[in-house]
Amino acid sequence: MNKYWHVVTLGIQSTLVYRVNFLVRALFGLVPLLALILLWRAIFEGRADANLGGYQLAEVVTYYLIVNVVVALTAVTEDDWQIAADIKDGKISQFLLKPIDYLSYRFCLFAAGRLVYTAAAILPTAAFLWFQRDAFLSPASGTHFAAFLLSLCLTALLQFFISFTMALLAFWVLEVATFIFILFAFEYMAGGHMFPLDMLPPTILSLLNLTPFPYMLYFPVQVYLGRIDGASLAQGLGIQAFWVAAAYLLARVVWGRGIRHYSAVGG
Amino acid sequence: MKLSSHRLMNSPTPTPPTATPPPAGLARYAGIYGAFLRNGLVREMGFKINFLLWIVVELLWFTLQLVFMAVIYRHTERIASWTQWQVVLLVGTNHLIQQLFTALFMNNCVKLSENVRTGMLDFLLLMPVNARFLISLRHVDFGAFVNAASAVAVMVYAAGRLHLTPTLPQLAGFSLLLLVGLSVHYSVMYILACISFWTVRAQGIVWGYYNLFQLARLPDEAFRGTFRAVFTFAVPVLLVTNVPVKLLIDKLSSPLEIVWLVGLSAAVFVLSEVFWRWSVRHYASASS
Repeated sequence: MNKYWHVVTLGIQSTLVYRVNFLVRALFGLVPLLALILLWRAIFEGRADANLGGYQLAEVVTYYLIVNVVVALTAVTEDDWQIAADIKDGKISQFLLKPIDYLSYRFCLFAAGRLVYTAAAILPTAAFLWFQRDAFLSPASGTHFAAFLLSLCLTALLQFFISFTMALLAFWVLEVATFIFILFAFEYMAGGHMFPLDMLPPTILSLLNLTPFPYMLYFPVQVYLGRIDGASLAQGLGIQAFWVAAAYLLARVVWGRGIRHYSAVGG
Repeated sequence: MKLSSHRLMNSPTPTPPTATPPPAGLARYAGIYGAFLRNGLVREMGFKINFLLWIVVELLWFTLQLVFMAVIYRHTERIASWTQWQVVLLVGTNHLIQQLFTALFMNNCVKLSENVRTGMLDFLLLMPVNARFLISLRHVDFGAFVNAASAVAVMVYAAGRLHLTPTLPQLAGFSLLLLVGLSVHYSVMYILACISFWTVRAQGIVWGYYNLFQLARLPDEAFRGTFRAVFTFAVPVLLVTNVPVKLLIDKLSSPLEIVWLVGLSAAVFVLSEVFWRWSVRHYASASS
């Protein structure tokens, strides 16, 4: 366990180099977020107490704000590219020789990266939340908030395992970027980045609910807003945990096969 | 490039200038651009599957933007005064501008930082051609032209749903304004690319720019106050797509909007040229 702790501290040190980069990212990221919120405010204008697709203005605004927070805390940004590059350049060979598990190693770096990113983004994000405070709702209840935090951790795991598996495609194909972008596009829509998924026609929503995508972002945000309760909350957490386990197993299986296929180019 | 090195190696004495006078001015640059196009095509065809997959990626993102608007219009009649098909026309037009930008300039702007880091820039600066021309236009992305066509298809469909019958001058004005808008994106991105003389990493800049780009496809009326002022006058992305579309659907509040777009486009271009020259003057090479 101790060695993985070292990886985390190493990861923190090496990502600290990018702290300004992270700050700029967080700041730039607020521009489209603000634009989206202003767009919804314009839609609600003149009918402030309206209910659009089951959402009031404050709920829509809070939805986007919490989406942004969840993304900052859980999204995989550089890790998948680095893993793919490790494989392509043959750097992965050194990990096969060391008594270290590559998946765990990568997870430590991912966690370190998110920690540093959160530290860099916390000030601009907090300022932004303050700025939007007239429409920012606090969590529906203590229970919902606790469930939200639990779901947030599961989301981070799910995000990481899926990205890890996608990056492992580099064992078989030269250029994984396109595959990663295609998956990201699906996740962007089906995860609820762009709009709350229950604004879609119910049949499409029930189809999406059969995929892991809503559990990569939409689900924790719904929990925060208190739009999921009681039995369906417990059930949702169960399904999310199932997807995490499935994604973990898939990552392990693909890794095992990839290693057998690997020919250490340049290594 | 290939020709000149060939000549250097084979004939130590310079060829007399009378042999074949090089074509002057525009014709010469057109010839060079022809070479860029040929190189680009050859490069793309070397990775055919990848070429097709990137087209799929862009199509997906375009679809997402349209789905987003479709979902909003399931629950509302209009955004400010914009109806659904007017917004679809806006999103389509924005995608057209964005794809043209990607086809012509995007990769080049991204590569500037790499050129700085590897010292390739020294070589480009020594070429007997305008350096900015070389740096801005060397890599042509053909896939983006395919995606531009998908944007045009959506625009034509939206125009049909709006029962638009644009007059010839309207269409001409629309096309001209598209080019003016394209120039805004190019100039802003070029300024950001020049920042990489100091940061040497383009990633953050590209990412930041895509964020700004997202604003251009939203109806300007949804915004007001400081936000609208900043993204109209300081970084004029809200004008780029809105003004040409508003010309087409008779939504311009005054012809002054066109003047603003054209004027600011020229201003940003001049600014980018000044900043570029200043950056090069402070460039101290990477390798040599």
